[in-house]
Amino acid sequence: MAAVITRVKQKQIEQLIAKGKRLDGRELTDYREIKIEQGIIERAEGSAKVLLGKTEVVVGTKIEMGDPFSDTPNEGVLTVNAELVPLASPGFEPGPPDENSIEIARIVDRGIRESKAIDLGKLCIEPGKKVFVVFVDVYVLNHDGNLIDASALAAMAALLNTKMAKYEVEDGEVKIKPGYEQLPIKKHPITVTCAKIGDKLVVDPWLEEEQVMDARISMAFDDDGNICAIQKGGRGYFEPKQVFEAAKIAKEKVEEMRKKLNW
Amino acid sequence: MNDKPERLIDKKGLRLDGRKSDELRPVKVQVGVISKADGSAYIEHGKNKILAGVYGPREVHPKHLALPDRTVLKCRYHMAPFSVQERKSPAPSRREIELSKVIRESLEPAIFMEYYPRTMIDIFIEVLQADGGTRCASITAAALALADSGIPMRDLVVACAAGKVDDTIVLDLMDTEDKMGSADVPVALMPNLNAITLLQMDGTLSTEEFESSVNLALEGCKQIYILQKEALRTKYVNVKEENKEEAEE
Repeated sequence: MAAVITRVKQKQIEQLIAKGKRLDGRELTDYREIKIEQGIIERAEGSAKVLLGKTEVVVGTKIEMGDPFSDTPNEGVLTVNAELVPLASPGFEPGPPDENSIEIARIVDRGIRESKAIDLGKLCIEPGKKVFVVFVDVYVLNHDGNLIDASALAAMAALLNTKMAKYEVEDGEVKIKPGYEQLPIKKHPITVTCAKIGDKLVVDPWLEEEQVMDARISMAFDDDGNICAIQKGGRGYFEPKQVFEAAKIAKEKVEEMRKKLNW
Repeated sequence: MNDKPERLIDKKGLRLDGRKSDELRPVKVQVGVISKADGSAYIEHGKNKILAGVYGPREVHPKHLALPDRTVLKCRYHMAPFSVQERKSPAPSRREIELSKVIRESLEPAIFMEYYPRTMIDIFIEVLQADGGTRCASITAAALALADSGIPMRDLVVACAAGKVDDTIVLDLMDTEDKMGSADVPVALMPNLNAITLLQMDGTLSTEEFESSVNLALEGCKQIYILQKEALRTKYVNVKEENKEEAEE
């Protein structure tokens, strides 16, 4: 995900943040402007576009019939995939998903899965034989930093927008009936990422801050204020007290966003 | 394996394998186990059996990946097909690719990367048998292999998990506890710098439970660190004794 940043700018960002300021005028704990648009792809069962500042992520969901996992015969299947499309950044290349896109997909997956956001029990058609598979495809269209939060937000917005076909089972055959119903959603996880720059924690790092940061930590919270997924990333480290501070900041940000989004 | 025990912790507060909530599984570590590698280590952490080998600093391959100001660290975490109950395909899974990345990022802060520009260091981790907590055991072994190879390091890296099982915060989850418990928090630590280099979590924890899990995991790390140091020391004591014997002959 490398892009070039000059040493002068790097210093400037670091020195400003040490004083508690940011190059784009935000407070250390401010998000960029968030815009969410749902239902933008009619062909998909659900879709959403999230703009986080200039970062742009589109998520489309598809629902198909498939086999359940052997250890969860009564549950539908969730599959998350992320594509860092080459048009989104000079650092992205065509080809099979690299470690960065796999990491994003797995963080988004963990947030949704561990918070039990989707009621997978209701997606079972025939126990052990047929279930619905929910495909969540994250498409990054413009990379200006913090793809994790934007992707997680877009994925959840798309799931809330997802409709599934009605069906009935006749002599072991699944027949699709006219009409749609809402995908059963139980929880609304929200993910917040903090970057460590110098000894400060910065919420929602944009691209240039990501290039300067030592490390980042992403935390997903469910509707009850519990943490349901965490991922540290980057080449640096956190002191234990910084981890707990990040959890506190993230929890506050999540509550703030939850009110705004009405999730 | 498929029978779900009703309780993972009994009335006396003991776990399925008889451990107390804050007790580690038996850990054995050994350094210098692969003669061809520049550095290597083997760990048995409970039933986990993991080998780590380090090659480098050596020529970068492919060449265009070389960096002018520091070495390139590569890490491959891989599970043997026979390491788990159901055969695992030997092709790297998405999980293995993610773990390779987080393990690399957990070790990188400990290495003086700038000492070896235009080179590459390869870390290969093979999980021969898995029983929960393989990423942590892998980090503990890989850090020893790096130290064994003589690459200058700021500190060792040691990892251990804690989590929540049956409403109790427990240290070092084994496979059954990991799968049926309610949360798992793997943590990697540079013990002398008090720096967390890996932190992940899945499950559900309140922020208070999260704090106690991290603190418990850090305690576990510190216990394993003692074994790590001992393993490194043992290797050189053995070398010294071999030399003494040769001199006497």
